[in-house]
Amino acid sequence: MSFHQDVPLAWYLLLSAALFSLGVIGFLIKRNLITVFMSIELMLNGVNLSFVTFAHQWHAVKGQIFVFFVMMVAAAEAAVGLAIIIAVFRTRATLAVDRIDLMKL
Amino acid sequence: MNPTPSIDRILPEVILTLTGVAVMLLDASLKPAWPRRPLGWLAAIGTTLALWASLWQLSLPEGAGFFGTVETTTFTVFFHVLICGIVLVALLLSLDTLPPDSHHQGEFYALVVFGAVGMCLLTSAIELLVVFIALEISSISTYILAGYRKQTGRSPEAAIKYFLLGSFATAFFLYGIALIFGATGSTQVYEIAHLASTAQNHALVVIALAMLLVGILFKVSAAPFHIWTPDVYEGAPSPVVALLSTGPKAATFALLLRILYEAFPALHSLWAPLLWVVAVLSMTIGNLAALRQQNVKRMMAYSSIAHAGYLLAAFAGIGSIGIAAASFYAAAYAAMNVGIFAVITLVSGYDEKYPMIDDFRGLVYRAPLLGCVLIFFLISLIGVPFTGGFFGKFYSFSAAVDGGALALAIVGLLNSGLAAAYYLRLAAVAAQRPSDEANRAAVPKPQVGVAVSAALLLSVAATLVLGIVPNGVLRAAQSGAHTLQVPGQPTDPPSAAAAVTVEMPPKP
Repeated sequence: MSFHQDVPLAWYLLLSAALFSLGVIGFLIKRNLITVFMSIELMLNGVNLSFVTFAHQWHAVKGQIFVFFVMMVAAAEAAVGLAIIIAVFRTRATLAVDRIDLMKL
Repeated sequence: MNPTPSIDRILPEVILTLTGVAVMLLDASLKPAWPRRPLGWLAAIGTTLALWASLWQLSLPEGAGFFGTVETTTFTVFFHVLICGIVLVALLLSLDTLPPDSHHQGEFYALVVFGAVGMCLLTSAIELLVVFIALEISSISTYILAGYRKQTGRSPEAAIKYFLLGSFATAFFLYGIALIFGATGSTQVYEIAHLASTAQNHALVVIALAMLLVGILFKVSAAPFHIWTPDVYEGAPSPVVALLSTGPKAATFALLLRILYEAFPALHSLWAPLLWVVAVLSMTIGNLAALRQQNVKRMMAYSSIAHAGYLLAAFAGIGSIGIAAASFYAAAYAAMNVGIFAVITLVSGYDEKYPMIDDFRGLVYRAPLLGCVLIFFLISLIGVPFTGGFFGKFYSFSAAVDGGALALAIVGLLNSGLAAAYYLRLAAVAAQRPSDEANRAAVPKPQVGVAVSAALLLSVAATLVLGIVPNGVLRAAQSGAHTLQVPGQPTDPPSAAAAVTVEMPPKP
């Protein structure tokens, strides 16, 4: 009995889509900058799971290499993002999305 | 498969990267008391060299390099030259308008150059992994630049909005790449074109394209995805807005052309109506919202949304006609928009004390030359003949008519009329004689230095050339369109030809 055949690939894809959707929902409804930022990371991780699954399906190492690049870029993005969040907090003393509203329509 | 890496295929990017690294290292090793302005000149020189290198790439045989991940064709050279030109103007503008005592000035120049690396690479990448990396290089640099005035409230706010929505869009783009990889087993543009039409799971291909489009349309600030634009343009420093309203946009439009016409020509019947709707929405929403703005930067933000709509109208054109029109419009839009933001920077000042329309009152009397330049750019944005804006709109709408989208062209023309209202309002205010002395004393006379004069001269000249003798640029855009239209083999760089080109001397 081989374990890797027990779970169909579609389940991984569904989990990946679910993670991505949760990220989108979190991005849209959360009201704290850090949580919103974490939601984006969740979306990226959902995508990574898709890449790995498809790489397994096609027997192509390309998909797994993609994951490394995504992680690297996500780390760079996190560095810049957190720095910007600190800059916002220094000038506004808040992380609530609703209160960062100097500019409005 | 090409065994040699063929570094000449990415020569402009290499030059820009080296320049950026040099600027960054010099900034770190120079004494803190020393002025950082020479670093800006160094960055400008590097960008000029990259521009020449792009032109030199015309002498290479067209084809791919780096194992089929990047290519050099007339199309890529067209956009490389455009982007290097934009970055050069933005650098010259920053040289004179950044306060000389500002900290991290060296980093500013390095980030602008690194952003240029990403934008250039974005136009020549034919492998979605490289596209993703290039998109992120350009985005992350511009996120930081948007928050450059970090002591103020608005600049970090602009940066965080740009960062969050930009990363959100990138995640969608990335999911699109994952799905197209799942549907076809490839992430190379030409291979996708071959495999997408025969893919077993057609629904997956369609969803992938939709995800990719969401990501790209966010970046070009087309209508349903435009909400971040006004806030970011209002809050970010004006010299940065001059760059990020033109450079990343031109690069992303090149990417959109590549993805739609090269990777998904088979789905033309699907994406053409979609872009029709997006174009109409962008034009109408952009122009209607711009009418009621009092802040000039915010007004120009809505205007740039509308211009994205005019450009997307060209995508209704068939094949190379549409591509040529879109490329030409990208050039014309960049020339006049980077120019008008240079004027806005000079008038409103680096600390942006005077960004309202009323602050432009009597500009023609305060600074006659600058006022005339402002009015010239506004006329070009309206689309009056003998300016770049006119031929941009002309080619874009005629491409739409040619592609059977007459209604789209009519909506575009009506919108151009609507847009004239707010452009003319600003022009009229600038040409009005200031009535009371108090008003005239309140807003200081703009200081125009050498570098910024060169920047203004370059953008005025580009707008005029595009308006009076558009044929040369149009021919370049057309030959670029043909190179984009003819899909090459999946991995075809003939190693013999590549080996010959390495030894080839640069064109005199």
